[in-house]
Amino acid sequence: MPKPEILDPQGKAVQGALPRLGFTGVTDVRQGKRFEIELEGAVTDAVLAEVEKMAETLLSNPVIENYTVSVEQ
Amino acid sequence: MRIGVVTFPGSLDDVDAQRAVRIGGNEAVALWHGDADLKGVDAVILPGGFSYGDYLRCGAISRFAPVMDKVVEAANAGMPVLGICNGFQILCESHLLPGALIRNDHRKFVCRDQLLRIENNRTAWTSAYEQGQEIRIVLKNGEGGFVADAETLARIEGEGQVVARYLEVNPNGSLDDIAGVTNARGNVVGLMPHPEHAVEELTGSGLDGLGFFTSLVEGAFA
Repeated sequence: MPKPEILDPQGKAVQGALPRLGFTGVTDVRQGKRFEIELEGAVTDAVLAEVEKMAETLLSNPVIENYTVSVEQ
Repeated sequence: MRIGVVTFPGSLDDVDAQRAVRIGGNEAVALWHGDADLKGVDAVILPGGFSYGDYLRCGAISRFAPVMDKVVEAANAGMPVLGICNGFQILCESHLLPGALIRNDHRKFVCRDQLLRIENNRTAWTSAYEQGQEIRIVLKNGEGGFVADAETLARIEGEGQVVARYLEVNPNGSLDDIAGVTNARGNVVGLMPHPEHAVEELTGSGLDGLGFFTSLVEGAFA
């Protein structure tokens, strides 16, 4: 997700479109990305640490974005 | 001097940049993104375009191209590196330059002849300009909004790392009207507008961009 202090022009565009479709009461929209990563074998702490590294080096730009990693079996 | 121009898949302005290098009195050397080889060049230009289709984030995938390992290594050792537009985005993603570039605040692609002020003529790429000189060159981008956190912004302003600033109008929402920045050492420069399109009277808005391609020579013999 873009960090809270970073302007999110795409989110603003979506927020602007919602009232035109009759959806009211929306005070803010932020747009981010979601990556679904499939892995071999069990998700151990070491594997999770590797995914965190992927998130930090390539999937996100830590200068402007925050990320969270969650596991679904 | 021999100046390498890297071509990534999706680069658009590599040939223009090579031509500008030659008009500036230097030898242009074509470099390929897939080769971990700088062919012994004295400086590198990362040109504009849409490398890797701007997938993920602009410059995010290019940063990990084999040639970039060598560019980062050389830049950290002091080699002059200039990133124009998409090249600027790649340099930010590589963390060779502070900050990042996000979608224009007005969400539209912008293409105009843009007035700039050279704020720092002590870099490897801007020494041909007068401090405070105003130049007009082409700006064309969809994701040219320069952003950085407050602490970084204060630091680069305080250290004189802002290389060029937009005048008359802020075309993309860049903080502090920043059009270009340099690293602490002054050898790596990123610029959102395109000096390589302003080096000949026949095309473009004039000759105001030429200084970026003659500065290296002037610096070498200064």
